[in-house]
Amino acid sequence: MLFYAFATVLVLAALAVITVRNSVHAALFLVLCFFTSACVWLLLQAEFLAIALVLVYVGAVMVLFLFVVMMLDINTAPLREGFARYLPVALAVAVVMLLEMLALIGVRRMTGRLAPPDPALAEGLSNTEWLGRALFRDYLLPFEVAGMILTVAIIAAIALTLRRRPNVRRQDPARQVLARKADRLRVVKMPPAGKEAQP
Amino acid sequence: MIPQSHFLALGAVLFCISVAGIFINRKNVIVLLMSIELMLLAVNMNFVTFSRFLGDVAGQEFVFFILTVAAAESAIGLAILVVLFRNRSTINVEELDSMKG
Repeated sequence: MLFYAFATVLVLAALAVITVRNSVHAALFLVLCFFTSACVWLLLQAEFLAIALVLVYVGAVMVLFLFVVMMLDINTAPLREGFARYLPVALAVAVVMLLEMLALIGVRRMTGRLAPPDPALAEGLSNTEWLGRALFRDYLLPFEVAGMILTVAIIAAIALTLRRRPNVRRQDPARQVLARKADRLRVVKMPPAGKEAQP
Repeated sequence: MIPQSHFLALGAVLFCISVAGIFINRKNVIVLLMSIELMLLAVNMNFVTFSRFLGDVAGQEFVFFILTVAAAESAIGLAILVVLFRNRSTINVEELDSMKG
């Protein structure tokens, strides 16, 4: 079925993200991960979030990742040293965690809960409208706080990466505006020179 | 139809892969950040699944806010990374020990 195809692609892409040698390739596999999970969310009829995932992650965050990876000239060889050493520990921890979670979830029961009819459609709304009504009615304060968090993040990122260079000439618009005519212009009285030259 | 447990299992597999990624890539900060993003994606998958199967809007609202916070977190994380590389010209976690007593 379609879900199992998407799940396979998603798991393989996630494995590729953590194992490939090149960071650019890892970022591109992460794009594939996000896109495939957007497809899975579409199967779950969460259309708005699927589109938001593609827009926010594939459109903004991953471009940021790729930009940083390409801007920094990183020698990846020393970063890969512990790879083989930590692999057994990582596999043990991950497999034990996975088995515990699967035991809790109970995958074996193939007759698990099936999806009820879509609550948004039951109310006669689209998924986006269903989300939007709850967002602007019940979750208005968290929505505003989220906007504030994004503003703080923008200011923090710019303040962190802004670099002051001491020996660069730059314009100061405030001083340009404050300049008066008297500061720049000096009127010099000179005797007219043309009179003697003419016969 | 696909039962709920299969979606939850997909989220669990994603989460375990990202935990293993944090273990085996413990020197490369960029791949660490990518693993954290994968972890948040696994959590979001669970939220969307429960929202759909319980018919509750709160799960999808939470995914919305998690997306916001994750975007802010990765932006600040990458900014710190750029400053770090500018000052130390390395992103190897092992060499970042200037606060060690």
